[in-house]
Amino acid sequence: MEEEFVLKIRIKFKKQGQMRFIGHLDIMRFFQKAIRRAGININYSEGFSPHQKMSFASPLGVGLISSGEYFDIESDTAVSSEESLRLLNGAMVEGMEVISFKKLPDDAKNCMASIAAADYILHITGDSNPITKEITDTFLSRDNVVITKKTKKSEKEIDIRPFIYELSSNENSVFMKVASGSVNNIKPEIVIDAICSLYNLEAPKGIYERVEMYANIGTEDNINLVSLESLGENIE
Amino acid sequence: MRKLALDDDILLTIEKPARYIGNEYNMVKKDPKEVDIRFCMAFPDVYEIGMSHLGIQILYNMFNEWDDVYCERVYSPWTDLDAVMREKNIRLFSLETQDPIKDFDFLGITLQYEMCYTNVLQMLDLSGIPMFAKDRSEDDPIVIGGGPCTYNPEPVADFFDMFYIGEGETQYRRLLDLYKENKKNGGSRKDFLKLAASIPCIYVPSFYDIEYNADGTVQSITPNEECAPAKIKKDIVLDMSSSPYPKKPLVPFIKITQDRVVLEIQRGCIRGCRFCQAGSVYRPVREKNIETLKETAREMLKNTGYEEISLSSLSSSDYSNLPELVNFLIDEFKEKHVNISLPSLRIDAFSLDVMSKVQDIKKSSLTFAPEAGSQRMRDVINKGLTVENILTGSMMAFNAGWNKVKLYFMLGLPFETKEDNEAIMDLCELIAEEYYTIPKQERNGKVNITASTSFFIPKPFTPFQWAPMCTKDQFIEKATIVKNKMNTLLNKKSIKYNWHEADLSELEGLLARGDRRLSSTILAAYNNGCIYDSWSECFKYDMWQKAIEDTNVDMDFYITRERDTDELFPWDVIDIGVTKSFLIREWNNAKEGKVTPNCKLQCSGCGAASFGGGICFENKN
Repeated sequence: MEEEFVLKIRIKFKKQGQMRFIGHLDIMRFFQKAIRRAGININYSEGFSPHQKMSFASPLGVGLISSGEYFDIESDTAVSSEESLRLLNGAMVEGMEVISFKKLPDDAKNCMASIAAADYILHITGDSNPITKEITDTFLSRDNVVITKKTKKSEKEIDIRPFIYELSSNENSVFMKVASGSVNNIKPEIVIDAICSLYNLEAPKGIYERVEMYANIGTEDNINLVSLESLGENIE
Repeated sequence: MRKLALDDDILLTIEKPARYIGNEYNMVKKDPKEVDIRFCMAFPDVYEIGMSHLGIQILYNMFNEWDDVYCERVYSPWTDLDAVMREKNIRLFSLETQDPIKDFDFLGITLQYEMCYTNVLQMLDLSGIPMFAKDRSEDDPIVIGGGPCTYNPEPVADFFDMFYIGEGETQYRRLLDLYKENKKNGGSRKDFLKLAASIPCIYVPSFYDIEYNADGTVQSITPNEECAPAKIKKDIVLDMSSSPYPKKPLVPFIKITQDRVVLEIQRGCIRGCRFCQAGSVYRPVREKNIETLKETAREMLKNTGYEEISLSSLSSSDYSNLPELVNFLIDEFKEKHVNISLPSLRIDAFSLDVMSKVQDIKKSSLTFAPEAGSQRMRDVINKGLTVENILTGSMMAFNAGWNKVKLYFMLGLPFETKEDNEAIMDLCELIAEEYYTIPKQERNGKVNITASTSFFIPKPFTPFQWAPMCTKDQFIEKATIVKNKMNTLLNKKSIKYNWHEADLSELEGLLARGDRRLSSTILAAYNNGCIYDSWSECFKYDMWQKAIEDTNVDMDFYITRERDTDELFPWDVIDIGVTKSFLIREWNNAKEGKVTPNCKLQCSGCGAASFGGGICFENKN
C-alpha cells in the first residue's frame, strides 16, 4: 500500500482586544470558516459528516487575550508560509491575527500533546501594582506553596511551587512562566490568588494575556522549554 | 479599536457576550461623521434569532452600499443584560459603533411575529425613546416598522412613526432622499412624515382617525392629513434576479439558529392555502433566475466560509428549476465539503434521490404537512395533498430505507368536526399499515411516525380572516380527541403525538386581528414585566391576563366572533394587491369545500396581477 503523504502545519495566532469575549469553541468555529475563506488547503476526516483536521493547543478562557495561541492542521499541499499568512490575514476580523505558519517534522506530536508550559502576563488596569518585585522574590524563595484545589467531589491540597518556573513583576504587570498541559496545568489566576492570600494583598484588577506556549524537549527532571512554533520551519 | 458600550465586568458576567460586541466577519465599518443618514436595523428578539433573519441581511447590505447611509444593527438584550441595563441606566446601543440608538436618524424594527410586541417596547424603553410616537421630539429617531406583521400593524400603530408596507428593496432610497431633503430645508419631524406619506407604500398611522361602531367594530378609517392616501399600497420587487442580495452576509461568532448561507430562490407561493398569510401577502410568485442563483451561491460560500447552504422560499418544490439547482449544488459543492440543507420538499422520486445524496437516511425523516386529517378538511383549506400522495410518497421512501415520518397538522380550522380531528390519527394508522406491508426481513425495524398539531389562528388578508378562532379550552378538547383516538389504534406504539400549548395561540390570535385599542394592552403587559413572550421560559401568561383585564379587552370580540363579510377591518387601510372580493370568494369556496387551482394551473383572478409582474404574466402568450 502506498503511504499517504500528510503535511502537518502549525499555525500561531493572536487574539486581542474585544475578541477576548469570544469563547474557545467559537474561536474554533471562526478558524474553520476563516481557513475556507482564505482557501487554505486542509484535509477532512472520513464519514458522513467530514470535519477539518484541526487541533488546538489549549483552550483560552473567556476574558483572556493572547499573543501566542496555536493550532495544527493537516493538509496535502501548501503554498509558502508568507502567502498562507497573507491569505489567512485577509480572512480575519479586528483583534485576530495569524503570525506564523510552519511545517512540522513528520513525526511531530500535535500541539495539544506537546504543550508543557506557558507564559502569562497580568496587565494591571488599576492604579498601582500591589505585587512588587520584593514580593515576587520572596514568593520564589519559598520551598512550597500549598493551595487547596476544589473539585466537584472533594478538596485537595497541592503544592504549586514546582510548577512555577519564572515569576517577575514591574509597575504595571506581573509575568510568569508556569506548567501547562494535560499533566500539570497552572492557571495564572491561581498563582496571583496564592500570592495575594500569602501576603494579604487585595487582588489587583487587570487583564491576563497568554504570551507563549512551550514544548519540553528535555526530560521530566531537566526541562528544556522551546516555543511550539520553533518546532516547525517556514515553507519557502 | 472601538470602545464598547458595556464595560468588561458586565461582559464577563452575562451570558454570551458575543451577542453585544459586533465585530463579526463582513460587518460594515464606516465613519458615522461621513454619512448623512444613520439607520439602525432592529430585530426585537435575541441575537441568535435576529441574526438568522434574511430580510435584515438584505437591507443591511443594500443600505451600506449607499455612501450616504450607515446601517447598523441592534437586537433585544437577553433578560440577564436587560436587568443590568435597567439597574445601571445603560442606554441601548448598536453593535457596529456601539453608539446609543437614540442618536440615530432611523430605528427600523422588523415585526416577524406578533409575540415580539413587548420586545419592541423593551427596545424603545431601553433606548430612551418615548414609546408612543406622539410623545417623540425632533431629537428622537424616526421609528419605522416592516415585516409580515405590518400587514395588520394596528395593535402597535401608536408606537411607530411609520410602517413600510411591502418589500424593502424598492422604496427605501426614495424615503431616505426625502429625509435628506427635509433636513436640508430645515423641515420638522412632522414635515418629514408628510413627505413620507407621499410614497404609496408608507403608512403613517397618526395621519388616520379610526371611528368605532357601538358594537366595537371599525366604522371608518379617515385620513386627517391631505397628504395621506385612503389606502396604502404594498410595494414589491418585480425582477428578483436583479434585486439586491447580500453577497457578503455577516458571519457571527456564536452559533445562531440559521447558521449557514441562505439562498432565496423565489418569493410568493402558487398554492393558495386558505389559512396561510404568507401565501397571500407575498403574491404574486416571482422566481429568481437559476444562473444568478448559481453565481450567488458560489460568491456567498467563498465570502463567508460557511460549510452549509440552504434554500429559502415558500413551497420550494414549486421552483421551476429546482432539480437543476439542487444537482448543481451537490455537484459543485459536495466535494468542497459543503452540506446541502434541503428545505421540506414534496416527496417524489426526485426529492428522495437528492435526500439520499445529502442526508443520512438512518437519521433523517420524511416530512409531510397535510395540515388537516380528512380529505374534506383539506378541501376546505385548499391544501392539495391527498392520502394517495402521502401513502405513495411514504412507500417510495420506505423502500429506499427511511422509517421515520413527521406529519404536521392544524387543529381548530373553520368547519372542523370531531371526525376531522380523528382523521389525523386514521392517516397515521394508514401510513403505519403501509409500512408493515413490507416483508419483515426487508424493512428497517419499526416505523416511527410523529404527528404534531398547532392551533389555527386566523390571520388578516387570508380567506379565513372572517373565521372564528377557538378558545383555549376548545383547542385542548380537540387535542384530547386526537390523543384518545391514537390510543385506540392497532399501531399506536409506532405513533407519537405532540401538540402546542394553547395560551400563546390565544394571545397571538388576539394581536393578529387586533385594532389600535390594543396598544394599551400591550403596554400594560410590558409594564407587568412581559418580554420574550415567544420564549416559554419567559412567557408570563398571568401577567398578560392581568393586562387584558385591566384594559377591559373583550377576548370574544377579537377571537371567537365570526366576522361578517361587510365588516370594515382595522387592516383594510392596506391594499396587498389581492382583492377583498377574491378573499370573500375563497371564504365561500371553503364553506362549500371547493378547491381552487394553483397559480400555475390556472389564474383565479386574485388581483395580484395589478403589480404587473411575476407568475401572473408568465405562460401567457
